[in-house]
Amino acid sequence: MHELQICQALLGEVAALAGARNASRVTDIHVGVGPLSGVEADLLRNAFPIAAAGTAANSARLHLRLIPVRVRCEECGAETSVQANRLLCGRCDNWQTTLIGGDELVLERVEMQRSDGAGAGGRD
Amino acid sequence: MCDTCGCNVTNANRHLVSAGGPFEFTEAGTESVHVLQNLLHANDREAQHNREHFNRHCVLALNLMSSPGAGKTALLEKTIDALRTEFSIAVIEGDLETENDAERIRSKGVPAIQISTGSACHLDAHMVHGALHELPLAGLDIVFIENVGNLVCPASFDLGQHLNVALLSSPEGDDKPAKYPVMFRAADLMLITKSDLIEVLGDFDPSRAATLLRELANPAPAFVLSSRSGCGLPQWLDWLREQVELRRLCDAGGEPGNPEVTQHADARADG
Repeated sequence: MHELQICQALLGEVAALAGARNASRVTDIHVGVGPLSGVEADLLRNAFPIAAAGTAANSARLHLRLIPVRVRCEECGAETSVQANRLLCGRCDNWQTTLIGGDELVLERVEMQRSDGAGAGGRD
Repeated sequence: MCDTCGCNVTNANRHLVSAGGPFEFTEAGTESVHVLQNLLHANDREAQHNREHFNRHCVLALNLMSSPGAGKTALLEKTIDALRTEFSIAVIEGDLETENDAERIRSKGVPAIQISTGSACHLDAHMVHGALHELPLAGLDIVFIENVGNLVCPASFDLGQHLNVALLSSPEGDDKPAKYPVMFRAADLMLITKSDLIEVLGDFDPSRAATLLRELANPAPAFVLSSRSGCGLPQWLDWLREQVELRRLCDAGGEPGNPEVTQHADARADG
């Protein structure tokens, strides 16, 4: 349900970047999503075209990179990939671990067509 | 200087637009911008602002999260009855449509601000900020924020609270921490509610729920209680007293901006 709100935040960021760089069109948006961010990648993908309609990112492709859940063990120091609902150390099974990846929700990269290069868009 | 001919590229910033740099220009006139922007930063910034409001007035803010019907409002009613002579309490109520919960709280003589979220499935920091300006924060000890009943969405939105309390009612089943890891990983306390029904249900094991919480690398204590019978309430009330005390020490210690006041006195589950 909240993925639409997240998409609107995403497009707000993208619009600010595009405006600052005088881009005529946004072609690709890369977002990193960890399972523990609480955001479902599929729902984000579905919400994106609705939120993007009528913006500079109208025809942009959304690329979602799934970030694996990783923990560092406070006991043995090992860094292991684990399931989102079982954050025990993958080496020694200790429950006292620190999450080092997997709760991110990050706009990583935006590719855009520049007004001058594309020969379109409003440069004043 | 302009963006057209390259005269804006200087020795100082040339690395940014060179091959592999964050603002690399390509032949086709496209630009690739590396951002690394947390998409919830607008909410997080507002949440920090809310936290500063609470800290300025030395108020402990607790975010209560659970499924609908897990007993958040009933717990608050009992808590207000038990602590009204010790602490000054207020409640921010998140609800999709009605003012029912806020009216239940007001009937206890405690200020309650209703946030009707409409179709929104969670509270966010901006909604809570609006409610804060209707609350007389000066003189308050505890603000409870009763989130919208939902084990999914509220977990992603910081409201400016100091601590999260997740309620798990026994009829929901003891596997909820594994099913909703985002919510239960963020909990500073898990309350297993409606304990009077455990005997009737027969298949709810509080220690299993506590084990699954531990498997989320969460050291939060787990208390078992029933608002109806009053069983287990003293442990919850003592925890609250301790958190109010810690909050006061923290504010007196000049750490007004620090959201990480979580101190788990008891790292073992009691349930």
